[in-house]
Amino acid sequence: MKLAYWPGCVSRGFTPELHGSMELTAKALDIELVTLDRANCCGAGVIAEHNQELADTLNARTFALAQDTGLAMMNICSTCQGAQSECQERLDADSAYRAHINETLSGEGLAYTKDKDGFTNKNFLWLLVEDVGLETLKSKVKRPLEGLRVGPFYGCYVIRPKQRLGYDDHPDRDLYLERVIETLGGEVVEYDGARRCCGFPVITMNRETSLKQAGTHVGDAIDAGADCLVTPCPLCHLNLDMQQPEAAKVVGRDLGLAVLHLPQLVGLALGYSPKELGMPKHIASTVAVDDRVAAMA
Amino acid sequence: MAEYTLKVRRFQPEATDEDKRGAYWDNFDVELDPTLSVLDGLLQARDGEDGSLAVRCSCRAAICGSCGVKINGQSTLACKTQIGEAAEEAERKADGESTTSETGKPEIVIEPMGNMPVIKDLVVDMESTHWEKYRRVTPWLMPSGPPPEREYIVSAEAMVDVTQSVACIQCGSCVSACLSMEADPDFIGPAALAKAYRFVGDPRDGQTTERLYDLANDQHGIYDCTHCFSCIDACPKGVAPMNQIMRLRRLAGHDHDIQDVNNGRNHELAFVKNIEKKGTLDESLLLQESFAPGIKGKLLPTIRSMKGLIESIPTAIRGIRTGKMRSVPKLIPGVHHKLPGDAQDHVKRIYDKTEESRIELNLYVIGEGGEEEGAPGAEGVRAEDITAAAQAEEVTPS
Repeated sequence: MKLAYWPGCVSRGFTPELHGSMELTAKALDIELVTLDRANCCGAGVIAEHNQELADTLNARTFALAQDTGLAMMNICSTCQGAQSECQERLDADSAYRAHINETLSGEGLAYTKDKDGFTNKNFLWLLVEDVGLETLKSKVKRPLEGLRVGPFYGCYVIRPKQRLGYDDHPDRDLYLERVIETLGGEVVEYDGARRCCGFPVITMNRETSLKQAGTHVGDAIDAGADCLVTPCPLCHLNLDMQQPEAAKVVGRDLGLAVLHLPQLVGLALGYSPKELGMPKHIASTVAVDDRVAAMA
Repeated sequence: MAEYTLKVRRFQPEATDEDKRGAYWDNFDVELDPTLSVLDGLLQARDGEDGSLAVRCSCRAAICGSCGVKINGQSTLACKTQIGEAAEEAERKADGESTTSETGKPEIVIEPMGNMPVIKDLVVDMESTHWEKYRRVTPWLMPSGPPPEREYIVSAEAMVDVTQSVACIQCGSCVSACLSMEADPDFIGPAALAKAYRFVGDPRDGQTTERLYDLANDQHGIYDCTHCFSCIDACPKGVAPMNQIMRLRRLAGHDHDIQDVNNGRNHELAFVKNIEKKGTLDESLLLQESFAPGIKGKLLPTIRSMKGLIESIPTAIRGIRTGKMRSVPKLIPGVHHKLPGDAQDHVKRIYDKTEESRIELNLYVIGEGGEEEGAPGAEGVRAEDITAAAQAEEVTPS
C-alpha cells in the first residue's frame, strides 16, 4: 500500500517520537509513505477561527498536493483529521466556492478536485481498520500484548461531529481503538474519559479548565487499572503526557500513567522495542509498559 | 410490536426505602412499535408500571424542548429518538457484548441530562444552570436610535446569517453534553453562546461591540470552549452551537480586535502569523508570541503573560530532559524551518488573497452537498451571496 502522508506539525515538533514510530510501523505493515513535505499546517481550528476562507484554502492546497501524487492521503493526528474534514466539507458542498479557492491555488499550478466518491484523507486509526484490516494486522503481530491493560483515548476530532467524519459510511469509527487494542492482544480498559476532551485547545487560554480535563481522564484510567493510554492524536498527547505533572497538581492527586501514540502501541506488537519507538522521550514514564513488554519477549 | 427494557437512572428525593436513597437504577419492560419514541416507552412505563417515574414532556414532536435526556450516553430528546434505533445503537456501542436485560429484552440506558442538578428521576434543574446562563447573554434585541414608525425592515439576506441560532428550542441537550462545562461549571456554555450570536449577528441590534466585549472579557466566555464538538452532535435542531462560538470569536478577535482576558486573541494572531511565516507550526514561537506578542509584548509584559510563560517553564525543562525538546529549533523560538523551495511563498500568497476576501460559507444555509440536484438550497445561494449577507449591516427603517 502506498499513501500520500501528512505527518502534521506536532508529530515533528513536540512529539517527534510519533513521526518516528509511524515510519517504523508503516514499514512493518508494508505501507509506503510519500511525505507531503510542501504541505502546510491544517490550522487546528484556530486559523478557521480567524478567517474561514484562509483555513479552507490552506487545506485545499494540502489536498491538491496529495491529489497530485495520485494516492489516497493519510494523517496521524486527530486534530488534522477534524480540521481538514471541516474544510473539505465546505469545499465539497459548493462548486462556486471551490472554483474560487482553486483560483487562489492556480498560482502554484494546484487545484483541488471533488472526487465522485470523496477525496480520501484518513487518520491512521481509520486506515488501519478499514484498509489494512484487522485480520492482516493480526497476522503481522509478533509480540501479542498479552496482559497489557490499555485505555483508549480517541481525541474529539476523530469522533465528532459524526455527520462530517464519515460515520454514515463507517458507523463504528468510535469503536476502532478498542478493536485495535484487542487485535494486538491487549486488554481494553473501560473508563469515563475515552471519548471526552483532553482540554488541549484551551491550554493557553484557560489552563485550569484544560488541565482539569486531562488530569481527570488520566486519573480515571489509573483507577480503572490501566497500564497505559493510547491515542491517535498528538495534541491529546501533549496534554495527557507532556502536561501530566502539571495536570496532577490541578486535580490534586498523584498521576503517572504512560500515554502511547497509536503507532507506538502497534509498533510494540509488531516487534519494535520501546526505545526504537521513542518511548523514553515521553514525560510520563513508560517503564511499567517497558517492563511488561520485556516480560512478553 | 417489540419488547425492550428501559434501564433508567432514578432519584426520588422523598424516598424513605433504604434501597432508594440516592441515585439508583430501575428497569422497566415495555412493548411498543420500534418506530415509536423512547419517550413513548417512558410514558408507557410511567402509566402502566410506576406512576412516580418523573419525566418532563409536552409536545412529543421535537418542538417544545422539554424531554432532554441521555440515551445510551448521548444527550438528545427522548421524543426524537426512535426506540428501535436506540436499541440498535446500544447494541452497536456494546460491540459484541450482550445488551440483553435480565428479562431477556434489548436494553436501552436512559439517564437525566448532565451538567445540571437532578430534581427527580429524569427531571433536571434547568433554572439554576441553563436559564441562568441564558439570561447572562442579554437574550433580547437592543436596537440603537429611535424606533422606526412602523416595523423594522431587514433584508432576507441579512437574516439568513442568524437562521441557524434562531432554530434553538432551549432543550439543554448541548449544555448536558458540554465537556468544557464538566470541567468549568462557570462556562457560559453552548446554548447561551449560540443565543448570543443570534443577537450579535442581527443587523437590528445596536450593541454588537458591547456584547462581544462582554463575552470576550468573561474568563468563562467564548474562549473557554475546548472545540470538543459534543454540542454539535447533541443538538436535535442543527444549531451547531460550537460553530456559533467560533463565529463570535472571529467577530470579537478579527473584526473588533478585542483583547480578551483569556489571551484568546493573542493566541489566534500568534498562530496565524506563525503559519504565514513558517508554513508549519513553530511551537516555541507560538508559546512566546501568544503570551508576549511582538516587541511591545516583550518590553512591557503583562502580569498574565509573565504568569503564562513562567507556568510553561517546568514543562519545557521536562521536555529537554527526556529529549523531546532537545534541538535548536525547539529551544529557540523562530529557528523553525520554512517549507521547502517556493512553497512558503505560495502559502504567503494564499494569506494575501484570502485576508482580503474572507468568505464565510455557511453550510446550514446552502445545505450539505448544496450543489447536488434536488438538495435544499441547490440554486440561488452562492458563496458571494453569503458573504454579502454576512457583511450586510444596514437596517432600513420603513
